[in-house]
Amino acid sequence: MTITTTTTTTRPGRRSRRRSRCACRSCATAATFASVHTALDDGQLLRFRHELVDQIGRYRARGVIVDVAALDVIDSFACHTLRNLAQVARLRGAQTVVVGVQPDVALTMARLGTSLHPVATALDLEEGLALLDGPGSAP
Amino acid sequence: MKHTLGGIEEDVDVPEAQVTEELERSTDQTERSAEQTELPPEQTELLPELVAHLQNNRSELRQEWTTRITDAHLLSAMTPHEVFTEVTSVYDNYVAVLETGSVEELRDYARDLSERIIPRGVETHEVVGIVLLLRDVLARSLFEKYHDEFDLLERVLDAYEPAANRIANTVAVSFVEQRERVIREQADALRELSTPVLQVRERLLILPIIGVLDNARAHQLTDQLLRAIRRHRALVVVIDITGVADVDEPVANHLVQTVDASRLMGANVIITGLSSEIAQTLVTIGVDLSKISTVGDLQGGIEEAERLLGFTVVRTDHARR
Repeated sequence: MTITTTTTTTRPGRRSRRRSRCACRSCATAATFASVHTALDDGQLLRFRHELVDQIGRYRARGVIVDVAALDVIDSFACHTLRNLAQVARLRGAQTVVVGVQPDVALTMARLGTSLHPVATALDLEEGLALLDGPGSAP
Repeated sequence: MKHTLGGIEEDVDVPEAQVTEELERSTDQTERSAEQTELPPEQTELLPELVAHLQNNRSELRQEWTTRITDAHLLSAMTPHEVFTEVTSVYDNYVAVLETGSVEELRDYARDLSERIIPRGVETHEVVGIVLLLRDVLARSLFEKYHDEFDLLERVLDAYEPAANRIANTVAVSFVEQRERVIREQADALRELSTPVLQVRERLLILPIIGVLDNARAHQLTDQLLRAIRRHRALVVVIDITGVADVDEPVANHLVQTVDASRLMGANVIITGLSSEIAQTLVTIGVDLSKISTVGDLQGGIEEAERLLGFTVVRTDHARR
């Protein structure tokens, strides 16, 4: 399975924003892949959510994979935004999988009681795609 | 030798610096008188004299010390030859400390010695005992030497005792430190070993927990599990707590957190082997285990995990019974 298709920068013009995350599309699964490269503040998170949901409709994606491997901290607001994103995506017909949570981050989140439930999580991109392709993956 | 010692006694009556050096060229009496102008504290002058005394009587004192060690049945784990070798080194180091006033070298030596003798079962009381014996032997020899002059003896002891105590302290502390280091290392090794994360099928890990699950161990366990999940790309983890005698509330909560964290990393956790006591305790203290899947025993847990992963185990006809 390849995911090397279109790489779209979300809103051309702002360099920093473009670098902070990117989204690309996988033809095979019709999944949109969003990778967060640096820590995002609350405003950026909201913009990120907005743009991603926007793209779901544009590319008719059936699945969304959000890669958070580069994040050292996932706070309650980020959790909230991700859950929110998943709910909005579901309403637009796409299932969301969060992938790449680091062990330390996972432990901290569990300890603080911030969970991503009911958003599906997977080890990495490959697992995320497998989850979307697997049975019962309808949103 | 007697002549030299007589010389020292004279020196002490008329305190001055650099007695040892003077002794080496003891012919020049006039030069010594010239140096009397500078009067450092008495102890620093007496120490070199002590050192000279100890060096001159090295073999007798060493022999006596060895005899007393043997009589006291200390260091029984070592051969007489080894004891004698170590006694010689300790003695020389001891004298060196008295001479230089610096315990650095002795500390290094004591650490090195401890490293060698700890595996052979030498106990703390033995090490402290032999150092105190040496202290006694030397003090006894000083008594013998100065028993005519009480004032001088008192001053000599004033100089000797703090230094001797410092040495005894250094050796004992070095030994105990070394021992503690060994114990710490072993504890670390045990802790590493105590939480094995094993792969039994592709993408299926089991984590058998045996023994007391305290807070530190629970944290370490979670840490290792999460790393193993990433390393083995695990999808299902079976945690077996058959060997855990008791689970209290913090540990139960920690287990719940472990399950949550594993799920965030994309792995399902099945807990097996909850004894009836533990199950009742958990229900009584009200830990929320509703989100955790549990199976009665390890076999059932592995079967459930295989089902989740899509494995089927089939027994072939020609298997040996």
